[in-house]
Amino acid sequence: MDIKQIIKEENQVYRRTPLMTEATLSYCPGCGHGTIHRLIMEVVEEMGIQSDTIGIAPVGCAVIAYDFMDIDMSQAAHGRAPALATGIKRLWPEKYVFTYQGDGDLAAIGTAETIHACNRGENIAIFFVNNGIYGMTGGQMAPTTLEGMKSSTSPYGRNSETMGPPYKITEMVAQLPGTYYVARHAVHKPGPVRKAKKAIRQAFENQKLNKGVSLVEFVSNCNSGWKMTPNDSNIWMEENMFKFYPMGDIKVEGKLVNGD
Amino acid sequence: MKEIALMKGNEAVAEAAIRAGVDGYFGYPITPQSEVMEYLMLQRPEERTGMVVLQAESEVASINMVYGAAGTGKKVMTSSSSPGISLMQEGISYIAGAELPCLIVNVVRGGPGLGTIQPSQADYFQSVKGGGHGDYRLIVLAPASVQEMADFVDLGFELAFKYRNPAMILSDGLIGQMMEKVELPPQKERVKEFDQSWVITGKTQDRERNIITSLNLDPDLQYEHNLKLQEKYKSMEQDVMFEKIDCDDADYLLVAYGSSARICQKTVDMARSKGKKIGLLRPKTLDPFPSAELAKMSRRVKAMMAVELSAGQMVEDVRLAVNGKVPVYHYGMVGGKIHSPDDVLSEVEDKFIGGY
Amino acid sequence: MTEEIIIAGFGGQGVLSMGKILAYSGIMQEQEVSWMPSYGPEMRGGTANVTVILSDDRVSSPVLQSFDTAILLNQQSMDKFESTLKPGGLMIYDPNGITRHPKRDDIRIFQVEATAEAARMKSPITFNMLVLGAYIKVNPVVDFENVILGLKKSLPQRHHHLIPKNETAISRGMEMVHEAKRTP
Repeated sequence: MDIKQIIKEENQVYRRTPLMTEATLSYCPGCGHGTIHRLIMEVVEEMGIQSDTIGIAPVGCAVIAYDFMDIDMSQAAHGRAPALATGIKRLWPEKYVFTYQGDGDLAAIGTAETIHACNRGENIAIFFVNNGIYGMTGGQMAPTTLEGMKSSTSPYGRNSETMGPPYKITEMVAQLPGTYYVARHAVHKPGPVRKAKKAIRQAFENQKLNKGVSLVEFVSNCNSGWKMTPNDSNIWMEENMFKFYPMGDIKVEGKLVNGD
Repeated sequence: MKEIALMKGNEAVAEAAIRAGVDGYFGYPITPQSEVMEYLMLQRPEERTGMVVLQAESEVASINMVYGAAGTGKKVMTSSSSPGISLMQEGISYIAGAELPCLIVNVVRGGPGLGTIQPSQADYFQSVKGGGHGDYRLIVLAPASVQEMADFVDLGFELAFKYRNPAMILSDGLIGQMMEKVELPPQKERVKEFDQSWVITGKTQDRERNIITSLNLDPDLQYEHNLKLQEKYKSMEQDVMFEKIDCDDADYLLVAYGSSARICQKTVDMARSKGKKIGLLRPKTLDPFPSAELAKMSRRVKAMMAVELSAGQMVEDVRLAVNGKVPVYHYGMVGGKIHSPDDVLSEVEDKFIGGY
Repeated sequence: MTEEIIIAGFGGQGVLSMGKILAYSGIMQEQEVSWMPSYGPEMRGGTANVTVILSDDRVSSPVLQSFDTAILLNQQSMDKFESTLKPGGLMIYDPNGITRHPKRDDIRIFQVEATAEAARMKSPITFNMLVLGAYIKVNPVVDFENVILGLKKSLPQRHHHLIPKNETAISRGMEMVHEAKRTP
């Protein structure tokens, strides 16, 4: 059989996501960022909204997300992505606007911007990657670092009494009337990846409704920062992170899932 | 027909913003400039022109909303007073680094710290020497009347877009709170067509994606970017603006901007009525600074005095411009107190004595 | 012509709005004007003052140390501003609550019993218009008609029904003002 008979559209089992650039990802092998980038770009492609989509990159590992996503993007100061997104969306209400932020960016230095953008019900999507650590600066404690978890600034483990406990900003903002859709997902296995992609799609679709913020948290691994192999980090994440940060919908169509 | 109104400087900025076709204002209340957003909200600009006005949760958020929106090519602005402007410095540095046009209004009050709500000109250094981090410059306009508060809004945007650089109106509590007669500028349409070459409005098939960033991890690129910025700042010098009052035959020259220039104008009148040849050079742009004109004047006058509501900030730039050719004195009140024309006159008579 | 005026009294007496009406009146007769308030914590009950300048030429300094006219409406203002009047200047004051009366003999001094009159008229809000009337009578820098036009410009539409009342008060102030008897 001639190879040309094999290389056909119907035989294709994998392709590079067209809206991902050809730049080599700067993330550590095993990290979840690349997958999340790709899922967002797949959704933008499938919805056919590249020419109407504006993304905001954070400060953190994803600071140069714009090198990898083939869309118009702005790079925010640390924690300020929801403010940038607000400015853009208010002046271009017909565009799809999303922020892409890590835990330090969204839940520490940018807490005020996060909460107030959510409270105002800005019609944007917020993608929040929570790996419980500051990856880019070399593994310092994050607001989401688990109790007892070691980091370079909590070398003996996080002590909640002196360092404060980890907190769930996602559940917090779900309480605000300005959030319309809040969910938590992961991208470490094919099943969760499919669910995560659906959530991303939902977050973009929701922008057509003009009903407020859609926030999707991705609990992710940081094998470098956690000092584990990629596989071990995923197992550790399932056993520890998922207990404190449970998967699933938190708020759907403006209603809290657990009814409380 | 001329539209004349009696307005506070702060209100004039707000009305002029609507009339300049500004697309968005993001701000946070602080004395003595809160009338800017109050006036805007009262005017329902969303109905008048479609302008968006939003009260942010902080000055940090305001400037970053401006940063985001400025990247889309729209005309956006904020206003605040000294402590709030300090909070914005990070964002201003990003905006300058990313080369975005926008307008920032600083209605200066006395510092340092929470300081006082009374007028001051002690934010000169912060405005023209950086303020935020990195080698960047702003376009800094210094209105000396309520009329100029109105006129400099459109001018500020014109220059900001010309150079793709943040522009600042450096005013103070006196000009902001004072009411004067103002001829309102005509209503401009909001811009609907955008230069797509750099804005982020969604990547279309006919162009590469646009990225708004101030980050260059490659030092060679950051080096090139900095050189390009410096060239741009150099080219801004062609837009230097100043006013000369009674300078033609002056033996002595006062240099003052904004409210202090108004005060000095009266001092000049008082001195002239005593037969003393005093002139006033009033920079309208503090960055670019009228250094060349001051150098020229230094060949003709016997001495100069920078008069400012600070412990002596602009005086440094006057000295640099004059380069030792004539003595350059400083006079000014600090901490929110305002010198009167008489105060300046007695200082003039004291320092310039023997010249008479 | 340049007229430099300080108006000072308690916050809530309408000092700032009186200055604003005066400035608007100047605009109505094509003058250059400036209105510079003391601002900040001087709210109701505290002291408030405003410098108003009316001029045929461009107004230079809005900040002044000496004035052609001082309109003084409480003791603190009297204590603070009597000395700032230029020789030959004009002082108008309401004697209500004043225990230390002006002493200078190189200025013209007039009184208007505006507090008492406003109470008698059962219209405390027209207090400042009584005082304004007194001023334009003694020093007609602005015409009565232009003051009424200025009043219209400075009042929002919803308060225009108050204009006749204010007009009456201005006229009444013009009638009432009188030269102060010198206290020995």
